[in-house]
Amino acid sequence: MYAFEIERPTSVAEAVTALGTEEAQPLGGGQTLIPTLKQRLAMPSKLVALTAIADMKYVRRDGDTLAIGGGTTHGTVAKEAATHFPGLAGLAARIGDPAVRNRGTIGGSIANNDPSACYPSAALACGATIVTNTREIAADDYFQGMFMTALEEGEIVTEVRFPIPEKSAYMKFEQIASRFPLVGVFVAKYADRVGVGVTGASNDGVFRWSEAEEALAGDFSADAVAGLTAPDASDMISDLHGTGAYRAHLIGVMTKRGVAAAS
Amino acid sequence: MTEVTMTVNGKSVRRAVRGNELLVEFLREQLRLTGTHVGCDTSQCGACCVHVNGELVKACSMFAAEAEGAEVTTIEGVANADGSLNVIQQAFQDHHGLQCGFCTPGMVMSAASLLKENPKPTEAEVRHWLQGNICRCTGYHNIVKAIMAASGQDVATVAAE
Ligand SMILES: Cc1cc2nc3c(=O)[nH]c(=O)nc-3n(C[C@H](O)[C@H](O)[C@H](O)COP(=O)(O)OP(=O)(O)OC[C@H]3O[C@@H](n4cnc5c(N)ncnc54)[C@H](O)[C@@H]3O)c2cc1C
Ligand code: FES
Ligand code: FES
Repeated sequence: MYAFEIERPTSVAEAVTALGTEEAQPLGGGQTLIPTLKQRLAMPSKLVALTAIADMKYVRRDGDTLAIGGGTTHGTVAKEAATHFPGLAGLAARIGDPAVRNRGTIGGSIANNDPSACYPSAALACGATIVTNTREIAADDYFQGMFMTALEEGEIVTEVRFPIPEKSAYMKFEQIASRFPLVGVFVAKYADRVGVGVTGASNDGVFRWSEAEEALAGDFSADAVAGLTAPDASDMISDLHGTGAYRAHLIGVMTKRGVAAAS
Repeated sequence: MTEVTMTVNGKSVRRAVRGNELLVEFLREQLRLTGTHVGCDTSQCGACCVHVNGELVKACSMFAAEAEGAEVTTIEGVANADGSLNVIQQAFQDHHGLQCGFCTPGMVMSAASLLKENPKPTEAEVRHWLQGNICRCTGYHNIVKAIMAASGQDVATVAAE
């Protein structure tokens, strides 16, 4: 690792000020950033740790909305969202391993937008709102391709707000070395629409499979997905873990399983 | 350098740390508690597992400065008060749950967290929990047996197939 300083502010306002320094970067749970720093792929002058900000750690229900503080760990979401939104709790419970879930945060996952990260698929499928220290961004506008988001320099994800679906499920087909999803699909059924968010598959990062959303809105059953043509294989990631065609096929399979498992 | 104060295995310590000093470097190099191992650079192997405020954490994936005010427990701090092996450590010995021993400190710390949360796990739950602890030697069967035994369950049928 290159040398840098570390600060631990206790409020969002202090963190924003600390991030005003050139080359300063926020540190969430560190479960992605620390391995990146070890490989010298990042060279911040200062890390601003968000872990001491109590105001960024909560799971709160407000009517039909579940609001999760940006500093909330995957482990906490797995426990505290379980009764309100089992599909999302199930997603969080399967990120990484127990030690990773005790540190890694929803804000870090959403900010990083790894093309194989789990949370972005749920945020897109549900039409979540990403709340930062300065504004609110709709998920559709927020995710802008692999590792790309609408966030500006120094902007902090303080909350992610999910409309709670009637039924939902996350299906993760694991890449067996990293255990990240090779393909992950989040299915969310609302009274008037269905959301299908796909991660791990596309060269353009997380996306909504709109053909499946339309088919499922009229008939929420695995059969409704069976007749669809799979997304175009040439847009899919192709690597030693799976070809584009394999990933495209898995999207259909995981969507069907998600519909069948939704609760 | 910043000053950090934490409690490690019941003793309060205060030291100056670099901004980029990992908790595992602090434990091993400053405190000479070398039972916590480093097996990878990618946060995947779990050889470095310790407890921070009672929670399982990879000490290679947290900075020492972030442990300000925390209670940290390492493998050196888990034996019984009289110095004998605790029930999990003893079970690893009884069931041959280690070969080279490199992964063992992390395995024992991880197992302790599991049994705190789930005192009578099924074999499948033990295997799922150990996803973040990699062992090159044992093939895991005897580790799973040891953890089941430490939870007071019969292990005759564990990994029987
Ligand atoms: C062994 C292992 C297995 C994993 N498996 C999975 C998996 O199966 N699925 C999955 O989705 N993820 C997985 N992860 C990644 C994990 O979920 C990370 O916790 C997550 O991607 C990043 O969150 P973090 O809080 O650790 O962020 P950090 O690593 O601290 O930061 C990541 C990036 O986000 C920025 N950032 C952090 N917090 C904020 C914030 N609040 N606002 C703005 N920017 C911020 C940082 O500056 C950095 O650029 C795994 C990680 C490991 C080590
Ligand atoms: S040293 Fe491998 S996970 Fe910490
Ligand atoms: S006993 Fe050798 S790595 Fe586990």
